[in-house]
Amino acid sequence: MAIKDKLSGNEAIAVAMRQIDPDVVAAFPITPSTEVPQYFSQFVANGQVHTEFVAVESEHSAMSACIGAEAAGARTMTATSSQGLALMWEMLYIAASLRLPIVMSVINRALSGPINIHNDHSDSMGARDSGWIQLYCENNQEAYDNLIQAIRIAEHKDVQLPVMVCYDGFITSHAVENIELIEDEKVKAFIGEYRPQHYLLDRDNPISMGPLDMPAYYFEHKRAQAEAMKNAKRVILEVAQEFEKLTGRKYGYFEEYKMEDAEVGIVIMNSTAGTAKFVVNELRKQGIKAGLIKLRVFRPFPFEELGKALSHLKAVAIMDKADSFSGAGGPLFTEVRSAMFDYAKDTKAVSYIYGLGGRDVRPDEIMSVYQDLLEIARTGQVKSTFNYLGVRE
Amino acid sequence: MAYNLKTLTEKEERFTGGHRMCAGCGAPIVVRTVLRALKPEDHAVIGVATGCLEVSTCLYPYTAWKDSFIHSAFENAAATVSGAEAAYRALAKVGKVKGTTKFIAFGGDGGTYDIGFQALSGAMERGHDMVYVCYDNEAYMNTGIQRSSSTPKYADTTTSPAGSEIPGKVQFKKDLTMIMAAHNIPYVAQTAPFRNLKDLYEKAEKAIYTPGPAFLNVLAPCPRGWRYNTPQLMEIVRLAIETCVWPLYEVIEGKFILNYKPKNKLPVVEYLKPQGRFRHLFTKENEGLLEEIQKEVDRRWNRLLELCGEA
Repeated sequence: MAIKDKLSGNEAIAVAMRQIDPDVVAAFPITPSTEVPQYFSQFVANGQVHTEFVAVESEHSAMSACIGAEAAGARTMTATSSQGLALMWEMLYIAASLRLPIVMSVINRALSGPINIHNDHSDSMGARDSGWIQLYCENNQEAYDNLIQAIRIAEHKDVQLPVMVCYDGFITSHAVENIELIEDEKVKAFIGEYRPQHYLLDRDNPISMGPLDMPAYYFEHKRAQAEAMKNAKRVILEVAQEFEKLTGRKYGYFEEYKMEDAEVGIVIMNSTAGTAKFVVNELRKQGIKAGLIKLRVFRPFPFEELGKALSHLKAVAIMDKADSFSGAGGPLFTEVRSAMFDYAKDTKAVSYIYGLGGRDVRPDEIMSVYQDLLEIARTGQVKSTFNYLGVRE
Repeated sequence: MAYNLKTLTEKEERFTGGHRMCAGCGAPIVVRTVLRALKPEDHAVIGVATGCLEVSTCLYPYTAWKDSFIHSAFENAAATVSGAEAAYRALAKVGKVKGTTKFIAFGGDGGTYDIGFQALSGAMERGHDMVYVCYDNEAYMNTGIQRSSSTPKYADTTTSPAGSEIPGKVQFKKDLTMIMAAHNIPYVAQTAPFRNLKDLYEKAEKAIYTPGPAFLNVLAPCPRGWRYNTPQLMEIVRLAIETCVWPLYEVIEGKFILNYKPKNKLPVVEYLKPQGRFRHLFTKENEGLLEEIQKEVDRRWNRLLELCGEA
């Protein structure tokens, strides 16, 4: 029997980490992720886990210690936000290239500057090409479920890549919601024992990791890394199927909400999907065929699947809670539209950048996006491709 | 057992020949001697900061390291090794490790005094059972001899060049060994590949087998950066010690112990003269600079004597 509880996102993540009982957690405090190592260190202090908790002096050292620990053969986890993730940047790439299945919660927060502690996705979006798998979560339940699945995905022999589980700072991290937890022993059985193939503490098979890699080999190693990310696409679905058997909760690359007969839709990530679903329901009451896609897996990017899922729409708005300052839309827009070029050529696409620095996104604003889409669908004309939502111009 | 270099060199080498370090470089001697202090039955996890040592000893698909080795980046050898050490403790709790594994990080002065200083300080403060070894060649040699906070005053480097207005680096060398002693960790020592390597070997052994964090600061001359003839390596080290530019001492549980007191303390010019990086100081107009260096060496030496109860 599943356990019904009421937890904040950070509490849910800490509970999942207790159930996972990793060998090493190395972390550094930063709002709004601080609670994760805080709750977790209490589990350590109470002897509820066997984990070595390394309270490092920076996020750079947090990721460095995670790399050392995972390379040594330990199941390793951490959590961070914003500037913390930015300080880890250099090491994110190295963790991925060393093929270390570290699992990290990223509690999304705007990047400085100006300094701002509230939610947007500029932190994890900035790390999108670091070689980490990225899973995004609408609410506490998804954060909890994704973290448990992340262990299996990361450690799969065909993947061996680190995973970020990203959820919205404060909105998800600090809001208490109903949640269904899995029993400890079932989590343990689901994730299984970590059996790395090559690791530093294997004294019978010493290994050198992180060599200087010159033009004769570097490219092959990066190519193998790219292949692992492609493999992750298959493994993510396999793990999701097993997870569904365990919990009844279904996961894929993205969630399609009332998309079947939809004529207009939006693509969105994380907590704002909840608000947008409310708007879709309101529109449906008026007989308007509105739908929504909430992307769960941004890395690897479900290029074909997402492109095809949008092919029957007349118009779609791709909503980014991060700007890439390209002058040509946010990162999600750029990639989705690229997929649409192959699979949804007849669907008009527009970009909306919204909610930067934690700016509230209200249902009436999302409603205005659908109104814009309906106008595009009616006229076949896009007046403005690149848009900002809810900002004083 | 009394120290005997000949007997010790019969131990199996953990750091193989065939690496690409320069002739006349101090670093490989430091590494080989430190690793020789490991008990043959013990395994080691060795982390190296980006630098000459790393790029010359682990070039895919080759490695000069017989133990487990990891390089991740420049500024984080201490943090990386601290993570591996934490993994060892965690896995030991659940019976997943066999035998004894020791943890050693190596970094040059750039990776230790400068960019890796924070990670070093953090790892030492946290009390990991590991040794951090700085092979101090007093500049960023891997990138082509740029000044670091370890570069001595008035040394000519490519970013502190001796010019007509400025005579090389204008700041004195940071005293990292003292800073590490102030961390109040169980074992800190300053050493060098001196004479028959006894001082370095014995300190490495103490550092490795003292439970908790230990720091070794090891002078490791660089023929390219210091501009001496490669066969002069050991002589340069000897002069650094006999002039008291690089005193040999250790700090055990906070107690300072002087390990070598020159019978006839040589003037610092004896050490500076054979090195091209100080050549510009030997002109009539720069005599004052040599005096200034001597004064600072004396000041630091006298303070050390006081700390060691030898004054």
